[in-house]
Amino acid sequence: MIRRTLGLVLAAALSSQAQAATEIEWWHAMGGELGEKVNAIADGFNKSQNEYLLKPVFKGNYTETMTAAVAAFRAHQQPHIVQVFEVGTASMMAAEGAVYPTWELMRDAGVTFDPNDYLSAVTGYYSSDDGKMLSMPFNSSTPVLYYNKTALDQVHAEPPKTWEEMGQVGQKLIDAGYKCGFTTGWQSWVQLENFSARHDQPFASNNNGFSGLDTELTFNGAAQVKHIDQLAQWQKSGIFSYGGRRSDSAPTFYSGECAMYMGSSASYAGVKNNAGFAFGVAPLPYWKSLIDTPKNTIIGGATLWTLRGHPQADYKGVAEFFNYLSSPAVQSDWHQFTGYLPITHAAADLTRQQGFYERNPGTDVAIRQMTAGQPSANSKGLRLGNFVQIRDIINEELETVWSGNSSAQEALDRAAERGNKLLRKFERSNG
Amino acid sequence: MSHTTLPVFRQRGLPWLLLLPQLTVTLLFFIWPAGQAVWQSFWMEDAFGLSTEFVGFDNYRQLLTDPAYYRSLWTTLIFSAGVTLLSMGLSLLLAAMADQVVRGARFYRNLLIWPYAVAPAIAGVLWLFLFHPTVGVLAYLLDCLGIDWNHFLRGDQALLLVVIAAAWKQISYNFLFFLAGLQAIPASLHEAAAIDGAGPLRRFYSITFPLLSPTTFFLLVVNLVYAFFDTFGIIHAVTQGGPGDTTTTLVYKVYRDGFIGLDLGGSAAQSVLLMLLVGALTVVQFRFIERKVQY
Repeated sequence: MIRRTLGLVLAAALSSQAQAATEIEWWHAMGGELGEKVNAIADGFNKSQNEYLLKPVFKGNYTETMTAAVAAFRAHQQPHIVQVFEVGTASMMAAEGAVYPTWELMRDAGVTFDPNDYLSAVTGYYSSDDGKMLSMPFNSSTPVLYYNKTALDQVHAEPPKTWEEMGQVGQKLIDAGYKCGFTTGWQSWVQLENFSARHDQPFASNNNGFSGLDTELTFNGAAQVKHIDQLAQWQKSGIFSYGGRRSDSAPTFYSGECAMYMGSSASYAGVKNNAGFAFGVAPLPYWKSLIDTPKNTIIGGATLWTLRGHPQADYKGVAEFFNYLSSPAVQSDWHQFTGYLPITHAAADLTRQQGFYERNPGTDVAIRQMTAGQPSANSKGLRLGNFVQIRDIINEELETVWSGNSSAQEALDRAAERGNKLLRKFERSNG
Repeated sequence: MSHTTLPVFRQRGLPWLLLLPQLTVTLLFFIWPAGQAVWQSFWMEDAFGLSTEFVGFDNYRQLLTDPAYYRSLWTTLIFSAGVTLLSMGLSLLLAAMADQVVRGARFYRNLLIWPYAVAPAIAGVLWLFLFHPTVGVLAYLLDCLGIDWNHFLRGDQALLLVVIAAAWKQISYNFLFFLAGLQAIPASLHEAAAIDGAGPLRRFYSITFPLLSPTTFFLLVVNLVYAFFDTFGIIHAVTQGGPGDTTTTLVYKVYRDGFIGLDLGGSAAQSVLLMLLVGALTVVQFRFIERKVQY
């Protein structure tokens, strides 16, 4: 009771302070520990100046947050900033009247801003075709391979660099009595989207959708079919085991059932907390027969989009906040705490100087994998309308492969055909 | 034949006044949103509502040429039939047994009514935990019996699971009505039949079942409507429509396309078709099945 009264008094005190400052609302999808970290960042920003008061609001998962923001925009109740996951990018980009592009925001507010400070592998995903940054990167991750050191040592194997080696290591594990060699989370993201980028294969026409709305899906190409077909064969012998659409299969890695797991680099903390064995992190494998030097992987996660419709003065505050968020201290802290990628070169350097990567071996795999070489048109990212549903379709069709009901070619052809219909629909309603 | 005079209101306004609350609720929460859905189904627009285009029946045309829509329709029919049969069958069995319990009847009855108080999403999560391929107790037992249970991968198992969960949730409701129906049947009929030499099964088919038919018919309508509309929470919690689209019922598809896909026009067209479908189904039930009902 006393605590509640104190809380009320505190809230009243805060709100009276808030009246002096301009309020800026930030809708996000970070629950649990990440949510607390978001609040801490907002607190830090609020303490760093007294003109603006940033209010973070948790709105549920990514889909719910985006839907809420869209509905709010239609009702003219939108927040200043909304966190949108990468698959929502095309929808946000197409909403030209609703979105305030970051480069324009920073220019209008007169806040110093150099796009070159940011990792191009991250910003590429969120930039217009002529390279202008449209949203502010916040939490980006990329898939990596987690492996059970104990299990691999037991069969005298190194973590596989290529898919060819993966087959051999997997077979060794099965021969040694393991039920499952490796499993994957986020199959569309890891085994198709990133697979295509890493092997320099187009996922869709029009530079993966970057240069037009009349995009056609091309992920049913020979390379992808070969890969999915191989996974399906491995699924029969146990070298590969499918365990769900999101990160549902991670527990099979934690329990030691599967010796390797492909998932988001941001799962590092989760793996560390749950794995009761020595584990390591390795880059995502590639087919030696398809490419000599693999390309960079692409990202997942979310960025912050600014929505129009508020007084121009408010946007100065948004720009100031983005500036604060990109500062090396804030970024490197966020990166080290969450396992998300640092979005600026300075933050990565600071983290390295602090000796974080040495203390936590494997945490730098993601950033090295993302920044190796120049991104090609096929590894810059993906920009597809209705991508949320297209991913669902890919999930559905891949599941028919894992259950043995269709061949890789049939499933991917069907997925592309169904996905193309959604792209046409998007083209029509946004053209 | 005696003449009965119907009570008549003196003022013309009073009946309308008395009807007003109900009319307002209907208008506000049914007619208005339904009208909006019809209106919206003729438009195609982007998520933010920045550009809208009148497309006539295009949304409908797209739906009716989409194989996924027919798959979803088929799933819904199987799902609804499964839920209705399973939950009504079990409740009738339980009600018939509870009707004969003399000692502790109230205790049993309360236990059977209990699941009705559980929210759909929670019911879904309960069943999900029981059958979870990696941590579920029942999945483990099935595994011991040599049945490989993985409803994340196998569509038939996923559909079975949501049918069980949805039916379980509805058993209490059906049970209550069946029990009340059974208790309304005069014991003298059973006694007379017993004296004539009819066994318990014969008595059930010749006496109980026909006399229960109004209740059964009512429950049939209610259960079908429940399976069509009110099972969203369970499906969302247990399978989210997957694996593949094997548990994507029509209602779930409306949600998925409208709220996740932000395709409001297409989603509205689906709602309208769903509304027509359930309307037609109810008319059919009243026209053809009700004739066989003995009141």
